[in-house]
Amino acid sequence: MGRTVTIVDYGIGNLFSVARAIETAGGEPVFASRFAEVRDAERLLLPGVGAFEPCANTLRDKGLADAVKAFVETERPFLGICVGMQLLFDYSLEYGKHEGLGLVPGHVGAIPSADEAGNRKVPHIGWSRLLRPDTRETWDDTVLAGLPADASAYFVHSYNCFPQDDDWRLAEADYQGFPVCAAIRRNNITAFQCHPEKSGKVGLQIVGNFLDQ
Amino acid sequence: MRNARLIARLDVKGPNLIKGIHLEGLRVIGDPQEYARRYYEQGADELIYIDIVASLYGRNSLHDIVSRAARDIFVPLTVGGGIRSVDDVRAMLRAGADKCAINTAALRRPELITEVAQVFGAQCMVLGVEAKRTGPGKWECFTDNGREFTGIDAVEWCRRGYEAGAGEILLTSVDQEGTRKGFDTALIEEVSKVVPIPIIASGGMGSTAHMVDAYEHGADAIAIADMLHYGRATLPEIRAAALEAEMGVRQDVEVA
Repeated sequence: MGRTVTIVDYGIGNLFSVARAIETAGGEPVFASRFAEVRDAERLLLPGVGAFEPCANTLRDKGLADAVKAFVETERPFLGICVGMQLLFDYSLEYGKHEGLGLVPGHVGAIPSADEAGNRKVPHIGWSRLLRPDTRETWDDTVLAGLPADASAYFVHSYNCFPQDDDWRLAEADYQGFPVCAAIRRNNITAFQCHPEKSGKVGLQIVGNFLDQ
Repeated sequence: MRNARLIARLDVKGPNLIKGIHLEGLRVIGDPQEYARRYYEQGADELIYIDIVASLYGRNSLHDIVSRAARDIFVPLTVGGGIRSVDDVRAMLRAGADKCAINTAALRRPELITEVAQVFGAQCMVLGVEAKRTGPGKWECFTDNGREFTGIDAVEWCRRGYEAGAGEILLTSVDQEGTRKGFDTALIEEVSKVVPIPIIASGGMGSTAHMVDAYEHGADAIAIADMLHYGRATLPEIRAAALEAEMGVRQDVEVA
């Protein structure tokens, strides 16, 4: 398989950094905003920033939600980032209840807000260590293979994914006692709440591993 | 334990990285790209670029600097100076920024905070606050890089900014900036009492003890300029000092 990564371009967010991270890791980024380009991609990356609802609506309005679903059925490698991870779930509770793509059973809900002492600020902004969940024996054969034991990644989010099955949790992060769902993996889907494209060398290694899938 | 971010702050005038005292008396340091790359390689958690004359002249020279930086720097980039509208923010994000810091335009028209947060998300909307002490336990906001006095209470403004949708506050002490005498910790503490969003402490770091002090008073991130630009300490040294003092910071940094 080649090293092409098709980035779903639906007008949301800064795609430049993602594209540069793919290039730097040795891949070839391609932007796609048409159904067939997305469905027929060799490897697909779904980005997303900001609020859930505008991302979900825009993806649907452009006819790309079905394209993403059609791609996932092909069993080729898929990577979601940030809201691009959250969109995979059944629904999100951000500013009301909004439907997602339903590719991963579960939902997206708020990070429990700060306690009275203000010990947990929301949004969660900053670097947190990626932890292997108890449900997973190894990261071998995943995009996290070969990372240093204390590898950290950059997070910026107020909402968190709650997959129905804990076996899909690929990585967690401890945000002052709250177990952030940092990454999931289900069949050919891998997705990150954190931003590999903003996580320095650790992030570039994750992107490089995705290229090897 | 909460993890604080160590942020390199690069103030820019035209094509140059500069450094001032009390946000004035500017000295040219060099090419911002060269410094930014060095800080990235040394493990900076984030970079902040501020165009310090943009509001004054109604222009912005940061687009080129930011798009160059975004090509090979893979940590978050915050950009501020002269951002007046949702379109200005969009242009900065297109250039490669992740967040925008807004001060002057938000004070002139606070609705801008809400507009930016709604379109791009609160995480993108950093409220830039330049605070000057006007009495015991009292600070007021300045605009145009510490030049224009507004008479607005700085702590109250932070609270309003948070309510309007800001996701983070870049809190610069005009009194301490460039003095190397430490952060205005009373200011940090007062602001952290009224907002539940992250605070970036900026202005005054002259030693790693100052950083620990700011963290203990509630700072979630530390902006470092002078110490780095003049080579008084490197980021790995600063990070090691933070860990030594049992301050939470990222630990996996491999220095290239």
